[in-house]
Amino acid sequence: MTSSTSTGRYAVEADDLRKTYRTGRGRPPVRALDGLGFAVETGTVYGLLGPNGAGKSTTVKILSTLSRADSGRASVAGADVGADPDAVRHRIGLVSQRPSSDPMATGRENLVLAARIQGLSRTDARARAARLLDRFGIADAADRLVRTWSGGMARKLDVAIGLVHRPQVLFLDEPTTGLDPEARAEMWAEVGRLAGDDRMTVLLTTHYLDEADRLAHRLAIVESGRVAVEGTPEQLKAELRGDVLQVELDGEESAVRAAGLVGTVAGVTSVLREGRSVRARTDAGARVVPVVVSVLGEAGIEVTSATVARPSLDDVYLRHAGRSFGAVA
Amino acid sequence: MAVLRSWRSLRSRVSGALGARAFPPSLDGSAATLPRHLAQSVQARPRAVTTLLTHSSYLSMRSIRALVRQPVFLVITLVQPMVWLLLFGALFRSVMRIPGFAGGASFLEFLTPGVVAMTALFSAMWAGTVFIDDMQRGVMDRLLASPVRRGAMMNGTLVYQSLTSVVQTVIVLVVAVLAGARFHGGVVGVVVTLACACLLTVVCAALSNAIALMARQQEALIGISQFLSLPMTFLSSAIMDPSLAPGWIRDCARFNPLDWAVVASRETLLGSPDWSAVWPRLAALAALAAVMAAAATRTFGSYQRST
Repeated sequence: MTSSTSTGRYAVEADDLRKTYRTGRGRPPVRALDGLGFAVETGTVYGLLGPNGAGKSTTVKILSTLSRADSGRASVAGADVGADPDAVRHRIGLVSQRPSSDPMATGRENLVLAARIQGLSRTDARARAARLLDRFGIADAADRLVRTWSGGMARKLDVAIGLVHRPQVLFLDEPTTGLDPEARAEMWAEVGRLAGDDRMTVLLTTHYLDEADRLAHRLAIVESGRVAVEGTPEQLKAELRGDVLQVELDGEESAVRAAGLVGTVAGVTSVLREGRSVRARTDAGARVVPVVVSVLGEAGIEVTSATVARPSLDDVYLRHAGRSFGAVA
Repeated sequence: MAVLRSWRSLRSRVSGALGARAFPPSLDGSAATLPRHLAQSVQARPRAVTTLLTHSSYLSMRSIRALVRQPVFLVITLVQPMVWLLLFGALFRSVMRIPGFAGGASFLEFLTPGVVAMTALFSAMWAGTVFIDDMQRGVMDRLLASPVRRGAMMNGTLVYQSLTSVVQTVIVLVVAVLAGARFHGGVVGVVVTLACACLLTVVCAALSNAIALMARQQEALIGISQFLSLPMTFLSSAIMDPSLAPGWIRDCARFNPLDWAVVASRETLLGSPDWSAVWPRLAALAALAAVMAAAATRTFGSYQRST
């Protein structure tokens, strides 16, 4: 580990990244990144969380040398992405949002080609391909053309291709988008193994809160091209003391009225309505629930359900981004 | 040997110009004991060249394998040349009787080198669609984030396109002979014709790839290709003796790489060639092919800047 490729404490460091896209003549440029920065400790899973267009994918593109930042500095696995992209490319694996295998080749051929490009010998490339096919449980399909594979299997192959050269840092750009629940659970288990058994650093982007909560050791909520808040999922949730009260109503109109009334109850802060439900933060859920139900009952509003829960990442997101995650994702 | 050497030095110069650099081989860590820039300066040239060549061969193989699995694509690309050769050849057979029409004993013999070049042009102009498919999947991004040389990504498709062009050319020639054409140029004529078809293919495929990297849309690529292909065909001697065409068409043809290929292969294929007409055109085609391949590789930069 004392080679020139050792990365020290942080496997990924991004500092004050800025990037603006021109969108065409007469239209204003789009600011994709606006001073984004974060650091990922070696051997951990780091989640970048945010809605589409927040800047997650642009960040991954810059860190994986696909794109250049207008300003700012970033290093991955000990190499500067702007000054030494070739070194970075040897040390990273990229699993992009879209399927990245060649549909007209078999799974095995895809893996062997990727390994050969990374400099493995023919023998090593074949052995590595066989190992990965086994590990991901896709060995049975290995010699069929990828275009005949299911989406979940092809996604596993994408990850296997990203791992073929034992990268130090793996970028997973929305790895479970479009997968069925079973394939999603398998992918989660696999990502957990990467950081655990393989001591690999994983940078994960997602717009699923439960995915970030489950997989990431630390995460950053990205909003409008900058990091809105950063920490471990537990820290972020603990920051929100108290409980979340959620009341479901029989219609949107009554939900609007209910939101106004809930806000007047003592001990309730920050009320938000979404469709037929009203969410509110409170310091003492158990005491507030009966009060809220009776207040709404007196006003003639029918309550379908009222629940109290510990804050979720959605509430963290709500607080920092000023809007509910589900409403924008 | 001299050819090989100069090809290699051209290659290394091209790859040098393209910014190909050696990289510390992190996999085995063997260069880790050397300071990075020292290791680079010691190994840069030979390593960059061999990497470029091996990566080019991997990526060519990928395309060739895909074609072997779907040979129907090759058959489809041969429909158009057969229409030109057999239907067009029959329809315009009597143009030979126009006083002053030169070349060949029959219009079919005159037309065959034209059809070979048109086939190379029209199928190479589609080359960029592979890049766009790769962009629409994540394949292009994955390759660009890997240590694969940009020049190798370009070469891979150019080698593949050239090989398909060889197969197409042979089939067109065989069909022409079966239809009654006789080529007195023999082996030399066939070899020059194959060389012309390959070089023209590299010129057009590199252009198509460059358009693909800049336009990034299938529709735009096809539109631009169509816009270029037909004028290139008609502003040449592919289907008509230029001495019977207006002077301005002859002037345009002089700068048209398709015409260079047609003239060089027609001269040699029909026998007793005027080599002073053949060599300059072959040389111009080769030079243009090298320039286009290098320039097209540079467009990867513009693709990356704008993403």
